[in-house]
Amino acid sequence: MAKVISFLTATRGKGRLHWTDWVSYAYLAIGIFLMFGPVIWLVLSSFKTQNELDRFPPRFLPYAQETVELDGFEDPLILFTVSRTSESEVAGETVAQTRRGAGRAEVVRLDDPETRIRLPAVDLQAIESVAFATENYTQLFERFNFLRFLWNSTFITVVATLLMLLVNSMAAFALSKYEFRGRTTVLLLVIGTLMIPQTVVLVPLFLIVTELGMFNSLWGVIIPGAATPTGVFLLRQYMITIPDEILDAARMDKASEWKIFWRIIVPLSAPAIAVLAILAIMWRWNDFLWPLIVLTRTENFTLQLALNSFQGELQTDWASLLAMTVLTLLPIAAVFMFLQKYIATGIASTGGK
Amino acid sequence: MLHVISPIMRVIEIPMLALQRVLGINKLAWVFLFPNLLLFGLFAFLPVILNVVYATTGGDNVLLADRPYVGPRNFGTLMDCSNYLDPNSCREDKFWRAVWNTSWFVTLQVGMMVCFSLLTAVILNGEIRARGFFRSVFFFPVLLSPVVVALIWKWILQREGVLNAFLDWTGIGGFNWLVDAQWAFGWSVFISVWAHMGFYTLILLAGLQAIPRDVYDAATMDRASPWRTFRRITLPLLAPTMLVVLVLALIKGVQTFDEIYAFTGGGPGTATTFIIQYIYEEGFAGAPRLFGLAAAASLLVALVLILLTLVQLWANRKNANG
Repeated sequence: MAKVISFLTATRGKGRLHWTDWVSYAYLAIGIFLMFGPVIWLVLSSFKTQNELDRFPPRFLPYAQETVELDGFEDPLILFTVSRTSESEVAGETVAQTRRGAGRAEVVRLDDPETRIRLPAVDLQAIESVAFATENYTQLFERFNFLRFLWNSTFITVVATLLMLLVNSMAAFALSKYEFRGRTTVLLLVIGTLMIPQTVVLVPLFLIVTELGMFNSLWGVIIPGAATPTGVFLLRQYMITIPDEILDAARMDKASEWKIFWRIIVPLSAPAIAVLAILAIMWRWNDFLWPLIVLTRTENFTLQLALNSFQGELQTDWASLLAMTVLTLLPIAAVFMFLQKYIATGIASTGGK
Repeated sequence: MLHVISPIMRVIEIPMLALQRVLGINKLAWVFLFPNLLLFGLFAFLPVILNVVYATTGGDNVLLADRPYVGPRNFGTLMDCSNYLDPNSCREDKFWRAVWNTSWFVTLQVGMMVCFSLLTAVILNGEIRARGFFRSVFFFPVLLSPVVVALIWKWILQREGVLNAFLDWTGIGGFNWLVDAQWAFGWSVFISVWAHMGFYTLILLAGLQAIPRDVYDAATMDRASPWRTFRRITLPLLAPTMLVVLVLALIKGVQTFDEIYAFTGGGPGTATTFIIQYIYEEGFAGAPRLFGLAAAASLLVALVLILLTLVQLWANRKNANG
């Protein structure tokens, strides 16, 4: 308790909480609510049954009706409490419902499943408990080609990231460790591509990708984005700091240039490469506009495209949509949890996201 | 992973070694550059040139050989307007609606973004506990995909959603948010700020932490009020970083598409249709596919972005030099 109090009354070192501290903490509290709230609400909702999702006003936690399995009945029976004011013989007891219709219900006592008792349905109150329904998730795999979308997204992300790391680090190596005529021109060209985001060359890009036979192919998404100015610059800045003496020593030992690149430069640039890898995974997993143009057949859809197209088709099927949304954000959330520090520094240092 | 990659690298070494013998060490740089430059050429520079070709040709065929030359007619169509402020008076009214929507959106979004990220960064830079935790609280939506952001908020804002439940409870009453043009626009600005402000907060926080402590100590000695310290010390010293943030936010703002497209689909009507969505729909979603118009509009956007990027490079340099 003392800890809590000292935490709450932490000050700017003068003993009392300044009013600006209060304002700061109030702002941060609202921040937590606004930033985390929506995502927590999404995750909680994705564990609700369709019944529960249709409920208005909604409840915070997911609930499910309690059921019981009794001898002589194939399906589990829903449990109810009979209200105390009921005129039937089971007033105040817990019963299992066997049938319901036209305002009346047929119930049995739990210890006596043989005797059916009939009573007005209004006397029954469902017994509910907090329960996380996983059907929304399991039915994704049954009803949709979910694994296919997951595979497409994963394939694109992994292959594109590896390709990008290789291509960009090769270019960065050439630009940081070699003296050759035209180096400045190449650097300017790379800066020039900064000014050409994909969004402004969609039409010709589409033609080129189609002509190369990559329309409706995952490669059409992977290859055009493999070279990035951000990646080249990030890696070049890092490689410049590697002392040339190491390279000279390797050359004395008759190592080939490729070996120097692969065995010395790449391992020494690991921190920068890791940052770029995280950025690339994020870009590719979340990519939307270009895949939307290149991939038009459902079997080629990435998770993002599938999610977007289903939200149009299944407007009322929030149960599936919510579960799919959670599964789509899960990998990125996992990456974030473990690699938070690198992500923050990576994004701040490159200005790219 | 490594035992898959290592053999591949060893195979590549064979031709690379041969090239090294032929070209010599310094010319080998071009070989290292080649894949990257090829990709840049094919997917960045060639498209820029072809974009001009598309913009000056007509028809709905994507193959260049089948497209008749029309000169500046596509630009003429876009610019055919008796009053630029009123999209209804324009031949391509959808384009001008998108232009004005984007302008309003960028103004509001960038304004709010800069204000809130600055406020958040200043508070996070203060002497608070658990700074790392709070920083990630504001930052994590940056990592969410646009479609996920859109769905999270659609679920909250839907007719029988949790926000309406809350408003019902307070007695104000629910509202069908995304059916009303102005509310849909307002919420679009909001979710876009929500999703991206963490990124700018991070940059501003780095800028704040670079301001030397002793400047503040001197201000405390002189008994300067917090507000005065903020206005006379923090703001001027943070100006270069602010400029970077402003330009970056503008560049991203002009290109806003995916999260709003998934959120409102550009509607109701054309209330949240922005310029990139216009390009996408003219070129790829509608029939006939008007590649010429889409390319002409792209060139206009590119012009704006090139200007902004030049400012960005200048601002970055200024920021780096202090």
